[in-house]
Amino acid sequence: MTVSHKEANLTDQQALDIYFSMLRARRVDERLWLLNRSGKIPFVISCQGQEAAQIGAAYALDLTKDYLAPYYRDLGVVLEAGMTIQDVMLNAFAKAEDPNSGGRQMQAHWGQRKNRILSGSSPVTTQVVHAAGVALAGRMKRDDFYTFVSLGEGSSNQGDFHEGLNFIGVHQLPVITFVENNQYAISTPYDRQVASATVAQRATSYNMPGEVVDGTDPIATYIAVKKARESGRPALIEALCQRLTPHSSDDDHRIYRTTEELEDDKQKDGLHHYEQYLVEQGLLTEELKAEMEATLKREINEATTYAEQAPYGSVEDNLRYVYAEGEKL
Amino acid sequence: MRTISYIEAINEAMREEMQRDENVFVLGEDVGKKGGVFRATDGLYDEFGEDRVLDTPLAESAIAGVAVGAAMYGMKPIAEMQFADFILPAVNQIISEAAKMRYRSNNDWSCPLVVRAPFGGGVHGGLYHSQSVEAIFANQPGLKIVVPSNPADAKGLLKAAIRDPDPVLYFEHKKAYRLLKGEVPNEDYVVPIGKADVKRSGEDLTVITYGLMVDQTLKVAEELQEEQDISVHVLDLRTIYPLDQEAIIEAARKTGKVLLITEDNKEGSIIGEVAAIVAEHCLFDLDAPIKRLAAPDAPSMPYAQSLEKDFMVTPDQIEAAIVELAAF
Repeated sequence: MTVSHKEANLTDQQALDIYFSMLRARRVDERLWLLNRSGKIPFVISCQGQEAAQIGAAYALDLTKDYLAPYYRDLGVVLEAGMTIQDVMLNAFAKAEDPNSGGRQMQAHWGQRKNRILSGSSPVTTQVVHAAGVALAGRMKRDDFYTFVSLGEGSSNQGDFHEGLNFIGVHQLPVITFVENNQYAISTPYDRQVASATVAQRATSYNMPGEVVDGTDPIATYIAVKKARESGRPALIEALCQRLTPHSSDDDHRIYRTTEELEDDKQKDGLHHYEQYLVEQGLLTEELKAEMEATLKREINEATTYAEQAPYGSVEDNLRYVYAEGEKL
Repeated sequence: MRTISYIEAINEAMREEMQRDENVFVLGEDVGKKGGVFRATDGLYDEFGEDRVLDTPLAESAIAGVAVGAAMYGMKPIAEMQFADFILPAVNQIISEAAKMRYRSNNDWSCPLVVRAPFGGGVHGGLYHSQSVEAIFANQPGLKIVVPSNPADAKGLLKAAIRDPDPVLYFEHKKAYRLLKGEVPNEDYVVPIGKADVKRSGEDLTVITYGLMVDQTLKVAEELQEEQDISVHVLDLRTIYPLDQEAIIEAARKTGKVLLITEDNKEGSIIGEVAAIVAEHCLFDLDAPIKRLAAPDAPSMPYAQSLEKDFMVTPDQIEAAIVELAAF
């Protein structure tokens, strides 16, 4: 960590909490892959390699009131925002109780109103303009909160990225746009996706600060997002991460990535580095780590069992909610 | 009752709904100080201020998408597309996002917004200021699409659209803006979405249409009644998605002869779906094949006056089609 947690005004306990959240996202994600490979869930898309960025950012928000427009890799963000492991498993098994969509959408299409997580779709980057709309509405109602919208670097080429950030910039809306740059848009590397050296430098065009942070360092990411949140202005933050898995369970990244590159990415794993840091700081002991792992294993096991046994949505309800039911003009 | 124009009716509907509900606001290109390129939002900026009558950057996907976000927050946005022809960059936001929001979130989120868009030809607008684009959206469950044919419907349907808990596309005919005048009630009222309306009762044949074609058909029908004693029943669809099947079936059965009119290109248009409904339900009630009158299957109408006229569905064509069908 280039800056210590104490220099970032984080207590020892907060530093450990951040670690636990990162570990939780990783272990849940790993379980999802196991379930997919054993044929129990049809699809998984991953957060592995991006936990430090996600938890560092989420930790800097006020999750009692901020609005979130996450993208499909943001397992760490939604867990931090209040979605439970059981919710995530219900989503993965596509069961009726899935709070995101009741089993209608594919895995990781997040959305949960009670935690102010906007419902997302599969066409990427549509959420950037939604974030602008939420922030605009909040300003009109004089409500005090920030909107956090995240996406991948490949998605930053979509028109909605430009239209959304320009709108946010024109109205100087309190929106943090968080690009999790994991270097690949499925198989296409950064230099074939983005013309500029960084995504963050595009911020200049939108009259907002742009900053590149080490997305494998949760404290550095926390500091950047915290600073943006305290500025009262919009910000574009690009967190440099690695994608430690294929794009999705339907992809094989060995087709387009070398063994050396994949090995190199593993060495950069933010979870591992942050764990070492906490050990060096004398905060994370073997006992504590084992306790965290045991807690997570128990929770994940319980959630998996619950979700696997939970019923699917009934076919009687399959066509409901195309339009509002029972609401009057 | 008062007599006002179609565009005044639209303006009044927005003004009254903005007075009634502080969550209603308008956003779009040049809707503020200028009051819109057609002046549909005239006076609203002065009355409600720049926050509630918001001039947006020239970016249609943002206009629709910002409206989606604001609607998710609890506002009731009215997003104006300057011309229906320019709605295409916003289609992803309308179809992938607004239309599916309630369904995909299993009723957790909703998206109560209105997209207003001036459509239709006959104003020397050339290819890109004349089109009827409604069919693009008319197989997207989650959306409702309305097209008013007179000032009273324009006002009542817009009020209903603004109060609706789901996304509504409101296509207003730009040639009708100042051409059509009519009586509107003085008191607050809505025209229910989803209900077609019999605009003229008749016995010999049924015309089913919407938009500006309703007014043209009514004029032709009146002449034909006087001159040739042909009694024409006219059903105005008003809501073109989802269609009012019951009213369509009833109107078709009433006369047994059905003429369907749209100013959109013929193939894949709204009236093709109306024809399917009639064919499915009324085969043994029909005394003649279903007849369709529409614009040709060329991309859009030309700019040159004579060529534009050639492209459009005209009162003469409507008259000829009615006379031919009546004689079948």
